[in-house]
Amino acid sequence: MIQNLFSGISLGSILILISLGLSIIYGLAGIINMAHGEFLMIGAYTTYCVESLFTNTLHVHNGNLFFLVSLPVSFVIAGIAGLLLERLVIRRLYAKPLESLLATWGISLILIQLARTIFGDLTSVKMPPMLSGGWQVASDLVLPYSRLFIIGLTTVTVGLLYACLFKTRLGVQIRAVTQNRQMSACLGINTRRVDAMTFFIGSGLAGLAGCAMTLIGNVVPDMGQTYIVDSFLVVVSGGVGKLVGTIFAGLGIGLISKVLEAFFEAVYGKVLILLLMMIFLQFKPRGLFPDKGRIAED
Amino acid sequence: MIFKNIFGVAAIGAALMLGACNNGSEKTAAGGGGADTNTVKIGVLHSLSGTMAISEVSLKDAVQMAVDEINASGGVLGKQIEPVIVDPASNWDLFAEKSKELLIDKKVSAVFGCWTSVSRKSVLPVFEQNNGLLFYPVQYEGEESSKNIVYSGAVPNQQLIPAADYLMSPEGGGYKRFYLLGTDYVFPRTANKILKAYLLSKGIPAENIIEEYTPFHHQDYQTIVSKIKKFAVGGKSCVLSTINGDSNIPFYKEFANQGLTAVTCPIMAFSVAEDELRAMDTEFLVGHLAAWNYYQSIDLPENKKFVAAFKAYCVKKNLPGGDKRVTDDPICWAYTDVYLWANAAKKAGSFDVAKVREALLGLSFDSPAGEVKMDPKINHLAKYAMIGEIKPDGQFNVIWKSKGLIDPQPFFSLTDSVKVK
Repeated sequence: MIQNLFSGISLGSILILISLGLSIIYGLAGIINMAHGEFLMIGAYTTYCVESLFTNTLHVHNGNLFFLVSLPVSFVIAGIAGLLLERLVIRRLYAKPLESLLATWGISLILIQLARTIFGDLTSVKMPPMLSGGWQVASDLVLPYSRLFIIGLTTVTVGLLYACLFKTRLGVQIRAVTQNRQMSACLGINTRRVDAMTFFIGSGLAGLAGCAMTLIGNVVPDMGQTYIVDSFLVVVSGGVGKLVGTIFAGLGIGLISKVLEAFFEAVYGKVLILLLMMIFLQFKPRGLFPDKGRIAED
Repeated sequence: MIFKNIFGVAAIGAALMLGACNNGSEKTAAGGGGADTNTVKIGVLHSLSGTMAISEVSLKDAVQMAVDEINASGGVLGKQIEPVIVDPASNWDLFAEKSKELLIDKKVSAVFGCWTSVSRKSVLPVFEQNNGLLFYPVQYEGEESSKNIVYSGAVPNQQLIPAADYLMSPEGGGYKRFYLLGTDYVFPRTANKILKAYLLSKGIPAENIIEEYTPFHHQDYQTIVSKIKKFAVGGKSCVLSTINGDSNIPFYKEFANQGLTAVTCPIMAFSVAEDELRAMDTEFLVGHLAAWNYYQSIDLPENKKFVAAFKAYCVKKNLPGGDKRVTDDPICWAYTDVYLWANAAKKAGSFDVAKVREALLGLSFDSPAGEVKMDPKINHLAKYAMIGEIKPDGQFNVIWKSKGLIDPQPFFSLTDSVKVK
């Protein structure tokens, strides 16, 4: 039981990490970014590149160091990629949800094939020694360090994002533009700059998630696709652009799917979770934490 | 001006594409003269792009290498072999189209290709209607035997059953509890059906056999590994894995992280070979097992020659990976297939499909995996079964080999035990 609880929290924290960026971008720009998963992939390949750089070029054979370095690097690289995407493509497609959906989907296909051409299909990152193995709590209960690390990383990231959104000037601006773009522009907020910054942060978070994913999976070109559907589920059920909704929905979906998987097979667990989600959205179409008052009318 | 430039670029692009197409057709047009030219055409039908490319490109390389070797030693029946290479792009419908093109337009004498069972099933009617001959080099689930396909990969009784027998034997550890874990598609489902029936017939009680499937690309193995852990507490437990492709690494990583080892609960894999291990983080796989009919580490002169030749070939042709490339079971059979066909044609004195097929029956060949022999009645290969243990360098240590050649039984009656010659 504790094992299932832990697995659920672990899966939930991964989902939260991936969905955070998607959620703030979706909330702010109203764009369903189909290429979001590919920023995860970019983060993972950045980690791979940092590892190769360390072992092949710098000859630093410290399994832990490269990973610590690659965390911020993958955030920045994926963030820059997101910034480029916003500048070159999405900026022209604001307020056109269908076109932007198709355009970002096309970009995701291009990015996947690009990664396949450059890196091939078989790449993996060596597990940092400090994170392999697990914490033996009881004789039949081991909590892997890699999972604990991801839970910790998610907690820190959520904390920082909260501080950024609620304690800084940029955060206030992001929230203002999310609520009412025209009004914010009238009040002198440079909405284009806010859009760009949000894309940078959102994509960077996906990159960070990608870096963390190398601990539990391998690095393949279409790894983003595996998680994109689940993270959409989290964003939609949590309420668009709602940080607290994303956190609760992520944990909830993680826990429910792990509990279901313990009783049913993994395949049926997946079917059941989708079924539950459909029923949930029938009753709460605006997610767990819908907007109240006048902003909800928009 | 801008428009002009764009047109210019487009024109260059179009010219390049045409050039690429021309290269392809010129290559085949050269041998288009038919019987009076000095070449014989064969088709190569492996995906060179898309998801299956990573596995299938190596098979194309192996076929080409065998063709080069045969051509260098004078060809077959005085003719040079000319491969016609097409790319079905991991698209099952395209496999059928491309095989039609090979058989009807290019009139090839034999085709070497396919990896997945679904691609084989989609070309099967084309080969039967046009009386073609397909050499299929990958292990598969059985339950099929067409006179137009030569199956050189293992059928269940040459891979699955020997592995189960080995694990149950005192030498293999005398395992009594089996966790059958696979990706949810036709090969694992059929393989596990056969394995389960076989284990039951050997007196393993039903409660000691668990069967479980995951979707394709499944990444989160926490729950399954903790189930296996609970299962392993019963002692003498092992996992029989038909997990496919990219799900393997998360599975093995989680397995190790939750404190399970090859000593407490070994994993016997049916879909993990040297080529997949080439770029993986093998640290977590060391000590676990795999069942195949060929390993790069086999200590035979034929194999040493083959491995060296394959590496040299990859370096010479400047293929990605170069001398880091490895050989594995499907690569060995893709290579062997070309020799089987060439030897059968020599024996028949003709490239005619019916005559080659007749000559193939009972034919034996010293392959890199040791001596193999075509069955006297069906187009399947009798071969040795082997168990390998994964080493840190991604190679296998062969720890068990069947006493003799194992006859193929594509329609494996579930209660039969393995017939050893």
